[in-house]
Amino acid sequence: MDDGPLLTIEDLRVRYRTPKGVVDAVRGVSFTLGRERLGIVGESGSGKTQTGRAILGLIPRNGEVRARRMAFRDVDLLNASERTMRRIRGDHISMVMQDPKYSLNPVITVGKQIEEAFLVHTRAGRREARERTLEMLAAVRIRNPERVYRAWPHEMSGGMGQRIMIAMMMIPNPEVIIADEPTSALDVTVRMQVLAILDDMVGERGMGLMMISHDLNLVASFCDRVIIMYGGQIMETLDARDLGRSSHGYTRGLMRCLPGIDRDAETLPVLQRDPAWLAEQGPGRD
Amino acid sequence: MIEVENLDVVFGHGAQRVHAVRDVTFSVPRGESFGLVGESGSGKSTVLRALAGLIRNAAGVMRVDGDTLGRRRSRRFRKRVQMVFQDPYGSLHPRHTVDQILSEPARIHRFDGIEARVVRWLEEVGLDASFRFRYPHQISGGQRQRVAVARALIIEPDVVLLDEPTSALDVSVQAEVLNLLTRLKREHGLTYVLVSHDFAVVSHMCDRLSVMQHGAVLETLSVQRLRANAPEHPYTRQLLMASRGYDRSAVDSLEDDF
Repeated sequence: MDDGPLLTIEDLRVRYRTPKGVVDAVRGVSFTLGRERLGIVGESGSGKTQTGRAILGLIPRNGEVRARRMAFRDVDLLNASERTMRRIRGDHISMVMQDPKYSLNPVITVGKQIEEAFLVHTRAGRREARERTLEMLAAVRIRNPERVYRAWPHEMSGGMGQRIMIAMMMIPNPEVIIADEPTSALDVTVRMQVLAILDDMVGERGMGLMMISHDLNLVASFCDRVIIMYGGQIMETLDARDLGRSSHGYTRGLMRCLPGIDRDAETLPVLQRDPAWLAEQGPGRD
Repeated sequence: MIEVENLDVVFGHGAQRVHAVRDVTFSVPRGESFGLVGESGSGKSTVLRALAGLIRNAAGVMRVDGDTLGRRRSRRFRKRVQMVFQDPYGSLHPRHTVDQILSEPARIHRFDGIEARVVRWLEEVGLDASFRFRYPHQISGGQRQRVAVARALIIEPDVVLLDEPTSALDVSVQAEVLNLLTRLKREHGLTYVLVSHDFAVVSHMCDRLSVMQHGAVLETLSVQRLRANAPEHPYTRQLLMASRGYDRSAVDSLEDDF
């Protein structure tokens, strides 16, 4: 293991050609990911999800991805063949999606789905795959792995489904996890439990976690570093503990308009959008 | 203004039987905002829907301003109690213009000067007359929720039932809609019942709240007691802690069930 960044993204751009014209979803995003918990925060349409999907080559055909550099360690993700990308996905970089209801295959049992993720990426046999799957289910704190192994996705609650997704994404032992709103569909208590599982696994295995979220409070309390996105660009990158002291107008505006349990105010300060935030920043900014 | 006594709702029969609301009692004085908080499946939305008359087999007594509600809601009730739903994408008729959406309730309740009323209520919710002939898909999520609020208020009700009115919106838009609801309540002397999973939204909007779990009310408390971290029930304290952000050391103390 070297200490260089796991992901290097320089001047990433994602553009869609639609019948209504060209949409620039991501406009010159640059950052690196090390062995850390990096939050990517933004409102809908900020480009945060498109950034995550571009890294894994999951942009649909009408989208165009350009970048000065987009690499996993030394592997160029921009010009990689589909074969290389298949090896990268899962083996090295995994993605946890928002809603397990739509991301699990409804006609395959939970155990078989997790096993498949393992078998695709190793030369192991069925027996070993089964053992590893049961271990993995226990690792995401499922109390009765044998029963869940045989269960169907529709029998699982939202929190269980998300634990299963995490088990499936972790079983090939990737170095990078991209989690897109992994807990937004969950109740608060379950959300905290699922985050703790991710947190422990990332810590124990020394992985890099990219956590895409609209929830500032959550990211501030969970991540080490935060990128704030707006209009397809990065507004600022800062340590999570400094979020409350940000000097950027957008970040401050977002923080201020959140209602708080301990805040007693009749009206919330409304975010005043500055057109300058949308101006093209040009390449080379971090 | 609102009294709910021993409300019980059961869905389905036999093995499919779900006891969705268990013996729920609360009352809301005129001009108050009252919150119903809980996780999914706690029964909070079912209570609101029962109050609105959207659930047929609700047992118990419900009163609005002293009038006991029967199985069918009267026009008089509909005039006094209106509802705003969670999803502004699903709750507005996709093939009706904003003008049609707002005129319809005003016409049903036999108001005069409907056109002027529509324009006035668009302005009340921070939109202008240029929105009148647009369709829901031509406006943003926040603007749709403003239209939904105008639709509820155009007939000048006393009570507004709010079912997660901002949970589908971005935080900056949420702030705008919450401010709008606060202003309209003050200017029109409304009474709100707000259902939400979000303690922050409820403590911002409400005076008192009930915390629900498994269909029952665990406790009813003031927002001051919530802020003082003084709920009585351990489940409420746990929800409150989890709502304040991620804390690894606190997670192991979470109980799955009470």
